[in-house]
Amino acid sequence: MADTRNPSHVDMLRSPLGRARGLGSARAGAAQWWGTRLTSLALVPLTLWFICSVIRLTGASREDVAIWLGSPMVMALMLALIIATFHHMASGLQIVIEDYVHHENTRLAGVLLIKAACVIMALACVVSVLRVGL
Amino acid sequence: MVARNTDGKLVRRPLSPHLQVYRWPLSMALSISHRITGVGLSVGTILLTWWLVAAATSDEAFNHVQWFLGSVIGLILLFGWSAALIFHFFTGIRHLVWDMVLGFEKPEYTASGWATIIATVILTVVVWVVGLATW
Repeated sequence: MADTRNPSHVDMLRSPLGRARGLGSARAGAAQWWGTRLTSLALVPLTLWFICSVIRLTGASREDVAIWLGSPMVMALMLALIIATFHHMASGLQIVIEDYVHHENTRLAGVLLIKAACVIMALACVVSVLRVGL
Repeated sequence: MVARNTDGKLVRRPLSPHLQVYRWPLSMALSISHRITGVGLSVGTILLTWWLVAAATSDEAFNHVQWFLGSVIGLILLFGWSAALIFHFFTGIRHLVWDMVLGFEKPEYTASGWATIIATVILTVVVWVVGLATW
């Protein structure tokens, strides 16, 4: 991040347009917004399927879960649900943190922690689904 | 806010009104609830992760999760999680419709707001009635 109170030589030599480009979205600003929408759209049918599946799995034994996840279609939908959920979660929590945490370093640390947690949990879920179902 | 005017005299300047002075309209309550349930559901993914990891680990680990989910605390958590999921699902669809630049008039967003609440209650009750009946 450029410090506006004490600009470095690089910033002073840059044109105002060049500096705006360095700080701004550089045409990628809509990507996160679009990603959140795209995953929410995917999660509409996936959530309904997941709720039905959970109802069917109430009181299930570990073998029942293994049989359920052993179906390729179920495994594919489960993996899609996991990826869409954690992607959507990371981007939603990032927006919440950016809105309410005003201290810059705390905000950055918060966003990075959230992303790390989402990636680790998503991988743990994916590995578990593959291990049970394959 | 207390400040000085150009003559150096102390004056009480007006503040712009903030959230707490407004009567909460439905749309405002639903908007913040969408965020709160989103954060709550994020915490709830720990439960999903635990369940899947336990299923991949051992009978003992899986029985432990199943026991917890069937306990009073587990059932309360599951109920809250399912209600939050269904609420976030319907308010999320409402947001997607807005993204298509539809339903921005006051009567429309008030109606869609009430519709999400009614749909949430109905679907949550249906899910739990069916879920408990087939447990």
